[in-house]
Amino acid sequence: MSATLTPPAAAPPTPDQPGRDGPGRSIASIPRWAWALGVVVLWVGIWALTKGTDTLALAGREHTDVQTSLGRFRDDVLAGRADNPVIQLTYDLGAWFTSVVDWLQRMLSVPDFPRPVPQVGWLGVTAVATWVGLAVAGWRIAVLVAASFVSFGVFGYWSEAIDLLIVTFVAVGVSVLIGMPLAVLVGTGNRAVNAVTNTVLDIFQTMPTFVYLLPIVLFFGIGAAGAVVCTLVYALPPIIRIAGHGIRNVSTTTIEATDSAGQTWWQRLTKVQLPMARKTIVVGLNQTIMAALSMATIASYVDGPGLGQPVLDALVKNDVGGAFVPGALIVVMAVMLDRSTTAASEYSEMAARGGLDLRLRRIVLAAAAVPVLVALHLSRTYPWAAELDDPGWTPKVADAVDGFFEWFTDTFRDATQAFKDLVSAVLLNPLQSLLSESPWWLAGGAILALAFVVGGLRAVAPTVVCLGGLLYFGLWHDAMVTLNMTLVGTVLVMLLAVVLGVAMARSRAVDVVLRPTLDAGQTIPPFVYLIPVLALFGPTRFTAIVAGVVYAAPVAIKLVADGVRAVSPSTIEAGRSTGSTRWQEIVKVQLPMARASLVLAANQGLLYVLAMAVIGGLVGAGALGYDVVLGFARSEEWGKGAAAGISIVLLGIMVDRIARAAAHRSGAPAAR
Amino acid sequence: MRHISWRATGLTSVAASATLLLAACGGGTIDDETKANESKAGGAGECGEINMAVNPWVGYEASAYVVGRVASEQLGCKVNYKNLKEDVSWQGFGTGEVDVVIEDWGHPDLEKKFFAEEGDGSAMDAGPNGNVGIIGWYVPPWLAEEHPDILEHENLNKYAEQFATSESGGKGQFLGADPSYVQFDEAIISNLGLDFKVVFSGSEAATITAFQQAEKNKEFLIGYFYEPQWLFAEVPLEKVALPPYEDGCQDDPAKVACDYPETDLKKIVSTSWEEEGGSGVDLVKGFTWTNDDQNQVAKYISEDGMKPEDAADKWIADNQDKVDAWLE
Repeated sequence: MSATLTPPAAAPPTPDQPGRDGPGRSIASIPRWAWALGVVVLWVGIWALTKGTDTLALAGREHTDVQTSLGRFRDDVLAGRADNPVIQLTYDLGAWFTSVVDWLQRMLSVPDFPRPVPQVGWLGVTAVATWVGLAVAGWRIAVLVAASFVSFGVFGYWSEAIDLLIVTFVAVGVSVLIGMPLAVLVGTGNRAVNAVTNTVLDIFQTMPTFVYLLPIVLFFGIGAAGAVVCTLVYALPPIIRIAGHGIRNVSTTTIEATDSAGQTWWQRLTKVQLPMARKTIVVGLNQTIMAALSMATIASYVDGPGLGQPVLDALVKNDVGGAFVPGALIVVMAVMLDRSTTAASEYSEMAARGGLDLRLRRIVLAAAAVPVLVALHLSRTYPWAAELDDPGWTPKVADAVDGFFEWFTDTFRDATQAFKDLVSAVLLNPLQSLLSESPWWLAGGAILALAFVVGGLRAVAPTVVCLGGLLYFGLWHDAMVTLNMTLVGTVLVMLLAVVLGVAMARSRAVDVVLRPTLDAGQTIPPFVYLIPVLALFGPTRFTAIVAGVVYAAPVAIKLVADGVRAVSPSTIEAGRSTGSTRWQEIVKVQLPMARASLVLAANQGLLYVLAMAVIGGLVGAGALGYDVVLGFARSEEWGKGAAAGISIVLLGIMVDRIARAAAHRSGAPAAR
Repeated sequence: MRHISWRATGLTSVAASATLLLAACGGGTIDDETKANESKAGGAGECGEINMAVNPWVGYEASAYVVGRVASEQLGCKVNYKNLKEDVSWQGFGTGEVDVVIEDWGHPDLEKKFFAEEGDGSAMDAGPNGNVGIIGWYVPPWLAEEHPDILEHENLNKYAEQFATSESGGKGQFLGADPSYVQFDEAIISNLGLDFKVVFSGSEAATITAFQQAEKNKEFLIGYFYEPQWLFAEVPLEKVALPPYEDGCQDDPAKVACDYPETDLKKIVSTSWEEEGGSGVDLVKGFTWTNDDQNQVAKYISEDGMKPEDAADKWIADNQDKVDAWLE
């Protein structure tokens, strides 16, 4: 079958196209890209005549009825909070979260009055964590864990870092408790169950946190409870999705073979499906932990404890260096947890296969426990082992970072401004004019037609529903502006993904250098780099796009690299033997063979760029992101903010479903 | 082979433990401090707890920590600082999670929900805190110096072209502010016939960065800003004169064509906390200081990089006479 999302030259004729699935059989000889071009030409033609009419633009503080009633609904819940039974229940649950976190904090991170320090001081915590690393994943991870914990201490953010770990572990623990049964349901359920769960998870993952932060506080309370719950909402989907995927993909022959032995459903699950899917489940757990960490800064808007607080403190002072150190420690924590969980999974597999000398391991662990116990005792007895003296490195690092960014800004600002103006003039402004200044029926019709051309009939129903939803919630114009920024951002992401992804796949050295940078791009809170980016590009849509690209490019680059690396070496050898150049090898062999990964990378890249729409609202990009921020900042605008959040969800689901339909048609594996 | 590993591990373990124990010798123990704390706790005042909301801007932080440090160091209260956005703070009055908002710029919608007259009565006005909010249109100082006539709104159109950016669609760009502030700039611009388009910065950080860069690189920029604000110590922005504010000129949001009024910033407290009374309540009610006072502490925090506690302590030590007046 043909590939619609690859360059036109790669699209062969589609004689085997079923007539009902896409443009009709009789005209199947016209390639799909030509259909798409036709739609666009027609769109531009009508746009030229109707530009500026029926754009459904809404001024700064105007509301539609739907938005007003959303706001009123929330006000009613707030007014009736004292005798709302649901709120009383959730509030008790929130109080329980708070007391668990509070107890852990007094054990590990804050003074447990009248003690001047926590029950266990830094030396004890570090020693125990290192020992756990040694026990579950071997000495390399133990060294990594020890180095990470020491870095939390010497940079003066010990209690904030441990607080973040505590909140993350409580949220991830609850995620696993709720998520694993649901993952089993997804993995063993039928298609209808999957479709429903998928959509709910899509909503969880794309709904901007600023929209549900206030309701969460209303239901669960501020501080640790609010932080745990908002982290939970965002961190829950990966484990359900990925673990469910793993369980579903356990080979049917294995299941049939063991079924014939007469096992019960429960035996099949616990003895066959879960063990065989273990690797994938660990990946899901891993992604859940990463998602939880990425909520660190947002949670500090409701007094969630952790490293997000110093980041936010520095932001209000426009203190780039001050935000850098705690931001970098979040990255350190992410890398530590990522590598540890992955290594632990490999290690336990090795142990299960008998690849480890278990007796030796036991001896080493027992011996290592002695200094750990001593450290534990010391950290409970002596102040020096309980609290680390701040060696004063943080201000020095902060100054160096400030100096670097100042130099960077002064040196490159003219160039970056010119680049921004160029991209705005040739790409951003014309496309925005086409999308947002078309009458709504024209833009909507054109999007629907393109969805049909690209994804066939499968794409039509979700597109209609989502476009209808955008109209209903009354932020059509803003949605088109956001869609435009998202598309331009995705183009930039894919440019980076193809260039760097191919480079990573072809050279091990590039991979080794680039991978940690990509991890940092994914986990560093955007608030850390927003100010330098603002200084370079000003409060503009382009700044928002840059923030989106920083966040989205790592995922896309990794996907493309994996795809290109997976191209079979014999295919490449065959090309080499015919004397193709390196360029031909990349363009004619590797990229076309990795087509499925490119499609997946574009789809994920777009969703990730869209996820940063709200950050865009904070840096002058306006549109839906600004509406969400507005709703968070002023209670009378909450309804409009909620409508904007729902619109972002609808945009995300629409694009995702179109991409899936396209992938389905071209035979590529479904996205995600 | 195994025996060697066994012995080596054991030796390493013993050596590590011994090093740790040796290092432990000398110095007081945590138990001593715990006992000291226990005896000190016995002599604490009757103030009880204050849950102080800390909204995310430096001036607010200055006020919150000065009041908080006086309460904890001089009255023996236990002060819990809670980093919260405004809306969340107000929601917390009813649940006992928040007792004090020390600097409120005016939230009619929240007052409607939480004051006694129309709402649930969980919050109440505790009077002005002495700071005066000045809101308006500002330009960077270099611009005011080079083109003094720009400080009159009548002359803005003359420069509209120079204010244009990639975002403003050919018109001059007016940088709107953080959405936390009530803004009428779209109406003012259209009612004064100005050839400008509002582009919302979306956050204070974005606005401040824009003004810093405009001053440094001598670029045209006009936008919504406000005092007291720490940025003025670094970049003393100049205010553009709009038609002066008169009572009622902002009543119809679509017809606004006047400047913003000066706003008396006020303290909002939890009703139930206020009813309990005590020295902490009296302190918060008595607290009042000037914009200059706040700017001083804000400068300690933002420019000098001091921790808010230390900045507050420094100001308190230098101004005990003012503090005493709040405690009377």
